[in-house]
Amino acid sequence: MLEVTGLEVAYGRAQVLFGVDLAVPDGGLVCVMGRNGVGKTTLLNAVMGVLPTRAGKVVFEGRDVTRLPTHQRVRLGMGYVPQGHETFGQLTVAENLRVTWEASGSKDRGVVDEALDVFPRLRPLLKRRAGFLSGGQQQQLAIARALVTGPRMLILDEPTEGIQPSIVTEIEDAVERLHRERGLAVLLVEQYLDFAMRLADRFTVLDAGVVVHEGAGAELRDERVRGLLAV
Amino acid sequence: MNAFLNQLPIGLSIGAVLLLVALGLTFTFGQMGVVNMAHGEFLMAGAYTAYMLQSWAGRQAVLVALPVAFFVAGLMGLVLERTLIRRFYGRPLDTLLLTWGVSLILQQVARDLFGAPNVQVKAPTWLVGGAEWSGIRMPYARMFILALAVVCVVAIWFYLARTKQGRRMQAVMQNRELAACSGIATSRVDQRTFFIGSGLAGVAGVGLTLIGPVGPALGTYYIVDAFLVVVAGGLGQLRGAVLAAFVLGLLNSYVEYWSDASLAKVVVFAVIIGFLQIRPQGLFVLRSRKLT
Ligand SMILES: Nc1ncnc2c1ncn2[C@@H]1O[C@H](COP(=O)(O)OP(=O)(O)OP(=O)(O)O)[C@@H](O)[C@H]1O
Ligand SMILES: [Mg+2]
Repeated sequence: MLEVTGLEVAYGRAQVLFGVDLAVPDGGLVCVMGRNGVGKTTLLNAVMGVLPTRAGKVVFEGRDVTRLPTHQRVRLGMGYVPQGHETFGQLTVAENLRVTWEASGSKDRGVVDEALDVFPRLRPLLKRRAGFLSGGQQQQLAIARALVTGPRMLILDEPTEGIQPSIVTEIEDAVERLHRERGLAVLLVEQYLDFAMRLADRFTVLDAGVVVHEGAGAELRDERVRGLLAV
Repeated sequence: MNAFLNQLPIGLSIGAVLLLVALGLTFTFGQMGVVNMAHGEFLMAGAYTAYMLQSWAGRQAVLVALPVAFFVAGLMGLVLERTLIRRFYGRPLDTLLLTWGVSLILQQVARDLFGAPNVQVKAPTWLVGGAEWSGIRMPYARMFILALAVVCVVAIWFYLARTKQGRRMQAVMQNRELAACSGIATSRVDQRTFFIGSGLAGVAGVGLTLIGPVGPALGTYYIVDAFLVVVAGGLGQLRGAVLAAFVLGLLNSYVEYWSDASLAKVVVFAVIIGFLQIRPQGLFVLRSRKLT
C-alpha cells in the first residue's frame, strides 16, 4: 500500500533521516517507534510531502507520489493526523470538518456523519471553537478531520501523547475499529508499547534517523527490542 | 460636551480610512506572516484608476472606479504573488525586502506614467458639501468613506464566514500545513487571498481620492497607519482590524482636538507600542501552534 525507500530528509544543512525504508502492506497496521527526536515526525511529514525529501521515493498504491504536493496525496487517500492534536482553532468543530469535506470534493455528506459516529463525543461540541476544546477532544476532532478526507490509509503521529487517560482508550479503540472493521491501513507512530503490541502487524524502530530494527508485532515482547526503545 | 460630539464624526471617518487601507493588508499579512510593503502602491493604483476613468465617466468616475480598481489592484497583487512572493513563503525578512523593492519600483512606474506632481480626482457633485445636525458637521465625502468601509467589512465577513472559499482562506491562515493535510490546495487559496487583499487596497485607494490629492507617493502616507492597525488588531483578524481602526481613529481625533496633529500621531504611536508590550499578539489571535 505504502512503500518508502531510501528516504533522506534534512532541515537546511542538518540531515535528520538517512535512507529510511518502510512498507505498509494493504490493510496492514505498521508502527514506527523510537525515542524522542529520532526523526519519526520528520519521516511522516516527508511521507505526506509537508517536508521536501533530499533523496528517496514514496510510493502509495503503486503510484510514485514523491513529487506531489500534500493536498494531492490527501486526495489519493492518505489521511494524516499530525502530532500535537492540530485543529483550525478559530473555526468551530463543524466548520473544521466542513472545510475538509468541501476540499475533498466528495458529494456525499454522509462522510461527516460517519466520522462523528466514530467520535460521538464531538456531536454536542459541533458549535464550539476547536481552540477551546480539551486536548483529548481536539485529538478526536483531528482524527475525525482526517477521516473526512476519505482515506484508505491513516497516518497517525503519537495520537495519545499528552491526552487525559479516559480519552486515550477511546482513541485507541477507535483506531482499532477503523483498522479492523473498515479495513483502513494504518501507519502509526507510538511511544507506548502496549498499544503497539496489541495492534501492530509489523513495527519499525528508528534511531538517529536510521532504521535499527524491523520485525513482526509479536517481537515487541523481545527484551533486545525493548532495549532499543528504553530511554 | 459639544466639542466631544463634534469630534466624533471626525474620529469615525479617520477610523474608516484606517480600516479601508488596512483591511486588505490584514489578509495578505495573515497569509504571508509579514507585511506587504507594496500594499500602499495598490492603494495608489486604485486612486489612479479613478483618475484615469474620469476621461469617460466624468464626475461619476469614483463610483465606476470602485469595481474596476478592485480588479486592477487585485490583478497586480495576483501577479506579485505568482511571480515573486510565493517563492519566499517562510522567509519573512526576504519577503519584506522584496515587497519594499516592488513598492519603490511601482512608485517609479507611476511617476513615469502619470508624472510626479499630484493630480486631483473630482468628486461627484452629490458628494460635495456636507450635512449638519445641531452644530455637528460631517462632509458627504467622509460619510461615503464610512459607508464604503462598512460595505467592505460586511462583504469580507460574509465571504469568510459563509462561503466555501472563505472558509478555506481562514483554514490556510490559521494553519497552513494542516490545511494542506486536509486536502486544501493552499497555493490556489494563496492566490485568491492575494487577489482579494490587493483588490481591497484598490477600493480603498478610490476612497482616498475623495479626501486628498493623488500622487506617486500616496501609498507611503498610509502604509504605516495600515500596518499599525493590522498589528494592533491581530493578524488576519477582521474584528481586530475594525476595533483597532476605530479606536485609533477616535484617539487621533480627540488628541488632535486638544493639542495638535503631530502630538496626536505621537500619542497614537505610543499607545500602540504600549499595547503591544502587553499583548504582542494583537487584540485577537489567529494562529494556534504550528506543526512540530
Ligand atoms: N523544523 C526543524 N528545524 C530543524 N530541526 C528540526 C526541525 N524539526 C525537527 N528537527 C530536528 O530533527 C530531529 C528529529 O525530529 P522529529 O520531530 O522528527 O523527532 P520525533 O522522533 O518525532 O520526536 P518526538 O518523539 O519528540 O516527537 C530532532 O533532532 C529535531 O531537533
Ligand atoms: Mg514527533
